[in-house]
Amino acid sequence: MDPASGHDAVADVLIENGVIVGIGKDLAKAGAEIFDASGLVVAPGFIDMHVHLREPGFEHAETIESGSRAAAAGGFTSIAPMPNTLPVNDNATVTSYIVEKARKHAVVNVWPIGAITKGSAGEELAAIGSMVNAGVVAISDDGRPVMNARVMRRAMEFARSFGIPVIDHCEDLHLSAGGDMHEGVESVRLGLRGIPGCSEDVMVARDILLAEVTGARYHVAHISSKHSVEMVAFAKSKGLQVTAETTPHHFAIADSDMAPYDSNYKMKPPLRSHGDVGAVIDGVINGAIDAIATDHAPHPGDEKMQEFEKCPFGILGLETALGVSFEHLLHPGKIGLMRLVELFTTGPARILGIPRGTLVAGVAGDVTIFSLDREWTYDVNKSFSKSRNSPFDGKTFRGGPVATIVNGAILWHADTM
Amino acid sequence: MRAGLLGIEALTRPEIQTILDRAQDFQPKPEQGFRKLDLLRGRMVVNLFFEASTRTRTSFEIAAKCLGADSVSITAQASSVSKGESLVDTLNTLAAMRPDAIIMRHAASGAPHFLQRHLETPIINAGDGTHEHPTQALLDARTILDRGKSLEGLRVAIIGDIAHSRVARSNAYLLSRFGADIVLCGPASLLPQELKQIAPGVTLTTRMKEAIRDADVIMMLRVQLERQHESAFPASEYFQFYGLRLEHLRLAKPDAIVMHPGPINRGREISSEVADSQRSVILNQVENGIAVRMAVLERVLSGSPVN
Repeated sequence: MDPASGHDAVADVLIENGVIVGIGKDLAKAGAEIFDASGLVVAPGFIDMHVHLREPGFEHAETIESGSRAAAAGGFTSIAPMPNTLPVNDNATVTSYIVEKARKHAVVNVWPIGAITKGSAGEELAAIGSMVNAGVVAISDDGRPVMNARVMRRAMEFARSFGIPVIDHCEDLHLSAGGDMHEGVESVRLGLRGIPGCSEDVMVARDILLAEVTGARYHVAHISSKHSVEMVAFAKSKGLQVTAETTPHHFAIADSDMAPYDSNYKMKPPLRSHGDVGAVIDGVINGAIDAIATDHAPHPGDEKMQEFEKCPFGILGLETALGVSFEHLLHPGKIGLMRLVELFTTGPARILGIPRGTLVAGVAGDVTIFSLDREWTYDVNKSFSKSRNSPFDGKTFRGGPVATIVNGAILWHADTM
Repeated sequence: MRAGLLGIEALTRPEIQTILDRAQDFQPKPEQGFRKLDLLRGRMVVNLFFEASTRTRTSFEIAAKCLGADSVSITAQASSVSKGESLVDTLNTLAAMRPDAIIMRHAASGAPHFLQRHLETPIINAGDGTHEHPTQALLDARTILDRGKSLEGLRVAIIGDIAHSRVARSNAYLLSRFGADIVLCGPASLLPQELKQIAPGVTLTTRMKEAIRDADVIMMLRVQLERQHESAFPASEYFQFYGLRLEHLRLAKPDAIVMHPGPINRGREISSEVADSQRSVILNQVENGIAVRMAVLERVLSGSPVN
């Protein structure tokens, strides 16, 4: 199944020297390793355009290698790590370090995202051009949004010169200051300080206006609020180059579903209201949202075993993304299978401008093979990640990844690992 | 595992009624002190206060002593918390000393709820951040009942910094269980609109006179400057618009009572004339604190094996 070409048929996929050379009937070739995918779905390799690999700097939480293995186990063949490492990926030296580490240790393709500003401090533009030459495919100050609109405008102009998108973690830090969960009846009930939906919305609004002024390609990271989804749809209707991703947890869990004071439900943006969750799903259905990304954010156990207000933001996501998406989008009939595959493949590939996400002759042999009906239970203690912070531990899913093939090599197989 | 007491929200009306009834048994006779009983002889409780407190901690200590239990009090400044130990490690260490219950106050909402998931020892919440303060709501209810008032249909005005008040939340849950009308009042920046959804019978107003009109109970809250992370209102205007003065009392029912969880800030949220007036039951609240906490300790500790 290939969303880019609309192709959906029972067929063989022949990969030679890491590259797809043919798709069709009876392509069996003498000496070829055969993967029998009967009863399974064969799709272009999945792309997660928003992960945190924590290397360099926070290797106790995750490494490029461990994160890439978790990605493979989640069906992902490409991942794009955010630059909030230590040091921040704000220059070509750090980019090259990540690219080199990935080449040696990662089992999937790693497409680094560079910082917008030096140290992601929001003031001075990072060395964007040289980072592009070193391999970054987008820029973002994820987690530390650029509050100065003038700096953001210049960043968009500069990024346009290199043809890369600007990805923004939309959060007005003044409106959200001190907040630990979505501001609403649940935060009031639990006595926790709120992160209001408007803290996301005002930044999405600002950025869309700047995208219009600059003509830049602008992408909203982990969109979570109703108004933000509506504004992205509006921007698209105006013909602006605006795209958005959402995460599985933002269409699967509302604030009232969270286990009280359990930090495995603490992330930014926070789990929002049922109304917001519905709007995100609507955005997935109507095309306002272009991609599903996990925002995989490992944190070691001791950091998450604290008073809720002290715990860091973020949860794991790579290994559960497909299962959660099936449960909340596919099985209830919100979207069809082709659309779901698109959100994991051609959607993110187009945004990042990477030659992946399609299953045609001539492209790299990245393939994700998954089941629609196999039942499996997520055990976070068996995760390939170095961290254990997932709200989906112990959950049983119907359907999920079965095998992950990167450049023609089977790197993960549910039945043998 | 024996149940502690983490909040009012999880309690049923009969459970609350049982505690309130039992507290009545422990109230001292007029002109007498609290009786010394030995219902909890051989039991040990740890008072673990991560936040400054005089009345609540003393009240729990006296309640434990009146029941014959041993109690040890630890304040955060004196504990290993100041040496950087995590909350979980501190609690695990204390639990290993096998107390029968841990009474805990903490500045973080949900801290006792988080700990209870990892700890066998029952925890009694003596106030968690801006979330709940269950024994305060119980002693407030006991005090209202002592004045011959039924909670059903009672009009209770709770006035002040509602957003940051665990007292307001616990009282709203408790009073709502018994069919009272609860009016929450404060400046809009300290009165989130979502509060009206936390329990049936809760309404909101930003106008103090509206809140007090026909009230049976006026509950004033302390302005919690330590929890306000920004200026939510001009401090100079607070007393003018949200401070309780004698003139306000004319709007309430003739036998209305004035309550305050303490410590009071005279001239900030309540005038001295009101605090010291016949309407004020502030000291009755303090006294009932001991009786109610005795009932809570008995509930949590009785039936457990003596070490």
